[in-house]
Amino acid sequence: MDTNKNSYTIIYATVMVIVVAVVLALAASLLKERQQRNVEIETKQMILKSVKLGLDANAQKDKAVYIEDLYSKYVTDTTIMGNGGELKLYIVRLDSSKKLYVIPLRGVGLWGPVWGYISLESDFNTIYGATFDHKSETPGLGAEIATANFYNQFSGKQIFDPSGKFVSVMVVKGGADASNKHQVDAISGGTITSKAVEEMLYKNINEYRDFFSANAIINLEN
Amino acid sequence: MDKKLFIEPLFKNNPVTVLVLGVCSALAVTVKLEPALVMALSVTVVMGFSGVIISLIRNTIPNRIRIIVQLVVIAMLVILVDQLLKAFAYDVSKQLSVFVGLIITNCIIMGRIEAFALGNKPMASLIDGIANGLGYGIVLVVVAFFRELFGSGTLLGYHVIPAQWYIKNGGFYENNGLFILPPMALILVGLFIWVQRSFNKELIEK
Repeated sequence: MDTNKNSYTIIYATVMVIVVAVVLALAASLLKERQQRNVEIETKQMILKSVKLGLDANAQKDKAVYIEDLYSKYVTDTTIMGNGGELKLYIVRLDSSKKLYVIPLRGVGLWGPVWGYISLESDFNTIYGATFDHKSETPGLGAEIATANFYNQFSGKQIFDPSGKFVSVMVVKGGADASNKHQVDAISGGTITSKAVEEMLYKNINEYRDFFSANAIINLEN
Repeated sequence: MDKKLFIEPLFKNNPVTVLVLGVCSALAVTVKLEPALVMALSVTVVMGFSGVIISLIRNTIPNRIRIIVQLVVIAMLVILVDQLLKAFAYDVSKQLSVFVGLIITNCIIMGRIEAFALGNKPMASLIDGIANGLGYGIVLVVVAFFRELFGSGTLLGYHVIPAQWYIKNGGFYENNGLFILPPMALILVGLFIWVQRSFNKELIEK
């Protein structure tokens, strides 16, 4: 058979594309349910991680069940009105009856989306914990935002300065001053991703400001 | 003959240092040892399979669109593997997600399919694919070893340089930031080629 004929080439390409499309579509639709569950578990694990719960989840025999149990035990989610319309807020009540507020974060990294969760204490100022993840940042550079060395820096930092102005937390290149309540170290070689985290924090937390000022007073009185 | 097919790509005919293929991804994933290992393994698997598939259909492929056919087969395999991992090994798939694009466009895969699988039997193509994947992996791991050790002071994420050596703890040592940046990978690959050629005089061009 002459494989150089035009008609053969066109038919070959058409058949190939259809076969590949069918295989991929089949794989995608058959696996969708399992994949979605994995994503859901991961989201819950991240929320728990931002309040330092379930850190040993990966060592558990059945990780999914373990995460679900912890999540339903500690976390409730609500929707609140912020400056940017309706916003999602997760409320966590720890065993010590301490109440924490978890804010979801969404941002744009160097190669793709970055996201995370940050938990605030009931003064709506002090950060209790944070965790970040990313779609496709460079391994060893930007991808380091997902490591404990980076996100643990945020614990104990504050998002308002003493005069009550919203300053968020800056990610500083070349070493942050440890005593500064509004600075953490950036990642060497991952400046754009580090800056993306900084921007994400500012933009997302800013949307909750009205809610904070309205509720900080109530919390103080309680 | 089969033995030669397997041994040569590992050193004497190494895809990165001798054929100079796949250098781009060697720069991107060698900051840390772990992603380098994941990448090496993924490329080896994809090269083996795509070599076999292309070799099986090699006599039916229209010559004018053969590059497109190769690309479609490679892309399909990579996406399929990624989908399966997302469903059954989610943590591994997260590691791999960033490499999916890099694997599809890796010139070693295209290069070996074009140069070898299109003209050889499936079994030989499988061996060639796996051997070239491993040859690529060796370079990746060596480069990543030095970059992680000197750039971050760790290996596979574990600290190997004692904490008290560091200047901030009163010692004399500081991690070398240059090792983290891409140019250092190029320099290390260059050194690798130098060492290899000084052992293997026949590789030196006249």
